[in-house]
Amino acid sequence: MNDLTPIKTTIKDWETDQEVRWCPGCGDYAILKAVQRTLPDLGADPANTVFVSGIGCSSRFPYYVESYGFHTIHGRAPAFATGIKLANPDLDVWLVTGDGDGMSIGGNHTMHVIRRNVNLQILLFNNEIYGLTKGQYSPTSRLGTNSPTSPLGSVDRPASPCAFALGAGGRFIARAYDVSKELPNVLKAAHAHQGAAFVEIFQNCIVYNKDVFADFTEKANANTGQLWLQNGAPMLFNKGTQGIALDVAALNLKVVDVVDGDWQAAGVIVHDVTNRAVAHMLVEMPFGPFPMALGVIYDDPRPTYESAVLDQDAKARAGRSNDLAGLLAKGQTWTVTA
Amino acid sequence: MATALVDGPDALTGGKDSPTPEAVVVRFAGDSGDGMQLTGGQFTLSTALAGNDLSTFPDFPAEIRAPQGTLFGVSAFQINFGSTEIETAGDQPDVLVAMNPAALKTNVTALKTGGLIIADTGEFNKRNLEKAKYEVNPLEDGSLEKWQLLAFDISALTLEAVKPFGLGNKEALRCKNMWTLGLALWMFDRDRQPLIDWLNGKFKKAPLLAEANIAALNAGHAYGETAELSGPLKQYHIAPVESAPGLYRTVTGAESISYGLVAGAQLASLPMFFGGYPITPASSILHNLAKLKEFGVTTFQAEDEIAAIASAIGASYAGHLGVTSSSGPGIALKGEAMGLAVMTELPLVIVNSQRGGPSTGLPTKTEQSDLYQAVYGRNGDAPIPVIAARSPSDAFDCAIEACRIAVQYMTPVILLTDGYIANAAEPWKVPDPASYTPFPVTFLEERNGPNGELLPFARDEKGARPWIKPGTPGLMHRIGGIEKNPGTGNIDYSPASHQSMTDARKAKVDGIARSIPAQEVTLGENTGKLALVGWGSTFGPIHQAVRRARKNGLDVSHIHIRHIWPLPENLGDLLRGYDKIIVPEMNTGQLKTVLRDQYLVDAKPLNKTSGQPFTIAEIEAAIEAALA
Repeated sequence: MNDLTPIKTTIKDWETDQEVRWCPGCGDYAILKAVQRTLPDLGADPANTVFVSGIGCSSRFPYYVESYGFHTIHGRAPAFATGIKLANPDLDVWLVTGDGDGMSIGGNHTMHVIRRNVNLQILLFNNEIYGLTKGQYSPTSRLGTNSPTSPLGSVDRPASPCAFALGAGGRFIARAYDVSKELPNVLKAAHAHQGAAFVEIFQNCIVYNKDVFADFTEKANANTGQLWLQNGAPMLFNKGTQGIALDVAALNLKVVDVVDGDWQAAGVIVHDVTNRAVAHMLVEMPFGPFPMALGVIYDDPRPTYESAVLDQDAKARAGRSNDLAGLLAKGQTWTVTA
Repeated sequence: MATALVDGPDALTGGKDSPTPEAVVVRFAGDSGDGMQLTGGQFTLSTALAGNDLSTFPDFPAEIRAPQGTLFGVSAFQINFGSTEIETAGDQPDVLVAMNPAALKTNVTALKTGGLIIADTGEFNKRNLEKAKYEVNPLEDGSLEKWQLLAFDISALTLEAVKPFGLGNKEALRCKNMWTLGLALWMFDRDRQPLIDWLNGKFKKAPLLAEANIAALNAGHAYGETAELSGPLKQYHIAPVESAPGLYRTVTGAESISYGLVAGAQLASLPMFFGGYPITPASSILHNLAKLKEFGVTTFQAEDEIAAIASAIGASYAGHLGVTSSSGPGIALKGEAMGLAVMTELPLVIVNSQRGGPSTGLPTKTEQSDLYQAVYGRNGDAPIPVIAARSPSDAFDCAIEACRIAVQYMTPVILLTDGYIANAAEPWKVPDPASYTPFPVTFLEERNGPNGELLPFARDEKGARPWIKPGTPGLMHRIGGIEKNPGTGNIDYSPASHQSMTDARKAKVDGIARSIPAQEVTLGENTGKLALVGWGSTFGPIHQAVRRARKNGLDVSHIHIRHIWPLPENLGDLLRGYDKIIVPEMNTGQLKTVLRDQYLVDAKPLNKTSGQPFTIAEIEAAIEAALA
């Protein structure tokens, strides 16, 4: 994220003395560990790192990372983070949010921080439920979700965070899940991306929405349920026996069988992280008929917002004085003599 | 001395022997497409250059281009100027320039009896009369008898004047406002040259338009000279006001607040971050600051009001002076974030350019009805200091004061101004920034605890916590909106902790009273029969009304409060020295409530919520009634 010299730290250096207060068994623990394990690998400096969050279970995250942390208000973390980055672009900012915080009350700010391309990492913990307020359905809950506010099942259609982020102009879109071994690699890719890097992390709320992602996260379902994308590699899953190909007639993706490893013959697409059209299809790919697309779905950087602001400010300031007295006396003035 | 000019009804419009007036009120009114604000603005400038004191009141519709000729599409600009101190835009105009029937209808009742109407007969056609809901032409039916009427075809005269330039009819008629301005400049014996220079600059890329406008201006001026020979039109010379020596310019509140914020940031030795979202009448502050990047200003047009304040708080957290600005509806949206700034004790300046409310209310009209919102309008016990500007020039000092309190006390500060102050112009003795005492900020660089630990919520003698920038080695810590432990700032919901922190936040803001000047009596005695207590832009009419009443021998004083919260320490004792207290406000009695609550005094309200400022006469009448 910045050009500062890498700092040597260990996982211990990123742990605070605060008692972690998530429910025992919560997926957030695994995400916290993954982040704390990744930060030393990035050479990150705790003094230069800021975790910013909104409100919700996920937003307690900053209290547990030994860096600078700002636990703000519901849904608005992207706006706070934007102010922080404009004031000091050298800070390495991680934004932690959830499906309620980032997609519901803060959907507007999520859109704009991505659209502007502020240089930071957005970790959206998606558990498809409101946890901290005790189990109401969220904007990512599936149709028919039973909850205290939808006792007959929810009837509003869920939003797809990655599709939303890409639609907002996102230049880095990735997906992982809480206990995945690949999560640190996804975090590293997000960190390496210059600009707003959006990572959706499926998180298991064991109290209010237990195992809602088990269809692809459970070991038994991993082969058929997970498509791990790698730039330059064919989109294969189920131990290489199936792949994703382009259905040219329907202008969409399709699952194809791969015989004897000959994925070319099956028409399997090679993942190109800069292909925006395919990225749109991957984030919209319905789970069930298709596996869940995981890993780095899209990564094609553009100049960051703060660099554009800074360039413009520098140009506006070049060769101009900051003499306030001169400014005040500008324009049509007159002098009264004694 | 807004209306000191006329002792009889015909001082201005009477015969050649009428006295030289001390002050004159002129109102330009026309369709919102007629360029009345521009005409008024340029007339203001020429007035200032002539050395008169002045005060203006632009009054325009919320619609950008209201349908032509309609009553609600009328845009007006009033200016009060004179050879004596001017503090209001004037109660009643002496001269009304009405560019169409709608402008006449909506403005003529305000005109002083015997005042002069200048009307463009070219626009008093059947269609426009119908739009203004006139059944017969008021210029012809004798209904304007109590005023002096000067009606002639300004449209035709303008077309004639600009004929040589071959403009289209529509473009040619656009020069009408310059023709009218030329006449006005003649009436008050003003130099045309600055205006000609301005036109040449404005139409640099279209010299033909510059020439046409100048021709119209000259034609209007020449018309005055010729018409003086007969009829009600005559020329007046308003002597320059006696002012303290120095360099002067005109300034609007939006300008002076912008400059004051820049000055405040400089005095604090900080770069400024301004997060804003467009809203009337606050947007002009964002416009102004966006042009001042060389002063270390970063402006950010956020996606909404909440993001505007949130980004400013984020910037303050990162070590800039965060500023946000809005009007009532936007301030309402910012409420939760203000609470976070209170809770995390970060400096922030919030400017509220008040307008008529509630809800969308009257976007372009003035009111001072957000005092409750500023003082009380947040969840929880969330004290925020509040300062109110009284005039465009005063707003400069108020903005500096808001910055000082914010950084010295690590607190959000609300600066109240209003639509009137934001848009009104007045002469301003250009201040010397070097004459202000700097208040440079020092950030915490090392652990501050007695045992080498970090205490982000340890307090100094003012009750303020240290400001710690992320990026500082060894000072990593977490802050947020959850109640925290005094000292460490770690999450702590314990009863003792919440009690202690609530007390500390209140004590800190209360303690600001010790850093502000004692309340002075603005005009009059320290005790007496009656005190008029005001705040914000009602300063002018209250001051003038009290001055006049005192001239008439009445025992009345004026107390103007700048620091609304906390109030000056001596204010309670001061108020108790008067038999009666009246609080004139452009709301239903908000400061009145605060004064009653704080001091148990019998403060009586005097309220106006018409979207228009108080007139001096209205306040004078209240004084007389109270002392009768």
